[in-house]
Amino acid sequence: MTTSRRPPPLVLLPALLCAATLAIAADNGDSRRSGFDDMSPPLQAMQREDVTNPGMLSVLEGQMLWSTKAGAAGKSCADCHRDASVSMKGVATRYPAYDATTQRPLDLEGKVNACRETQQQAEPFAWEDSKLLALTTYVATQSRGMPIAPPDDPRLEPFRKRGETLYNQRQGQLNFSCANCHDSHPGQKLAAATIPQGHPTGYPIYRLEWQSIGSLQRRLRGCFVGVRAEPYPYGAQEYVDLELFLMSRAKGMPIETPAVRP
Amino acid sequence: MARALINVPAKVKRGEIFEIKTLISHPMETGYRPKGDGTFYPRDIIQTFVCTLNGEEIFRADLFPAIAANPFITFTTTATEGGLLMFSWTDDRGETAMESAKLVVE
Repeated sequence: MTTSRRPPPLVLLPALLCAATLAIAADNGDSRRSGFDDMSPPLQAMQREDVTNPGMLSVLEGQMLWSTKAGAAGKSCADCHRDASVSMKGVATRYPAYDATTQRPLDLEGKVNACRETQQQAEPFAWEDSKLLALTTYVATQSRGMPIAPPDDPRLEPFRKRGETLYNQRQGQLNFSCANCHDSHPGQKLAAATIPQGHPTGYPIYRLEWQSIGSLQRRLRGCFVGVRAEPYPYGAQEYVDLELFLMSRAKGMPIETPAVRP
Repeated sequence: MARALINVPAKVKRGEIFEIKTLISHPMETGYRPKGDGTFYPRDIIQTFVCTLNGEEIFRADLFPAIAANPFITFTTTATEGGLLMFSWTDDRGETAMESAKLVVE
């Protein structure tokens, strides 16, 4: 019996085209993966849906703080920056950025605190203060889905170079560099945990291990302690240098803030 | 205590089983975490969660120290009538956080 195979119905065509595009996207040589891709489907669902994503609690707090007046100047963030969904859109994709006053790059937390000190004339928040994390998360989440776009600023270059050196420098009693795990063995296991490629796409992140939201600096400290090295103190320039390098490495990957990670 | 996120479907059909999702920020301090001086951080957990519809209790949960921070509680119920859903979380310090949501039944 020779029944010729009918061509696929037209309705399938968009799906086929879509599959073809995906195949091309996967074949463009970009093998970078966000930590999201290595998570279990339940955890991915937890991050995707706002009501199950505990990081959204920080976004809520940040939204509240955005319009709360603070400091001797009696100003709130909203008094100058107005609607964060407009003024802060895309900001997180460009950080760390060069700060002309201090002549060094600032990460997003550093920028929030600098603004607090100079514009609001208020006491800066301590590192990892839940309010600092909340404001940072609120600002960063305005860029959710946008590709990371490190600024093309030559003044940042020496700092980024230092970050790269630090990334490749062996240290600690275990004598490991960041690259020894995150470049050489991503996707493999470190005890029960999958080693990620180390792209800072979703910071501040809600980490289940922490049971709270935390900054990239806190996460980097975890790795320093892991290789039995003395972590730099919070706010150290080394963290910002490392972040500069990591963000250039993750260029083009979408921002996920607030991300959920195990 | 404070911020909470509630998710109730915009509309449900009468007789339909639907899901209510709640997430609240709370440290859920177990009471077993030692301070540097050998004493312990005092226990501070949410003890009870209650959901009422038009004043009538439709769901209640007792929570214990093994439950992680920022508890996410989700449950299903049958839509019989619309009205006002009230949610309350009460913790060890006696503080109660309240949230409400409208339920539309067609």
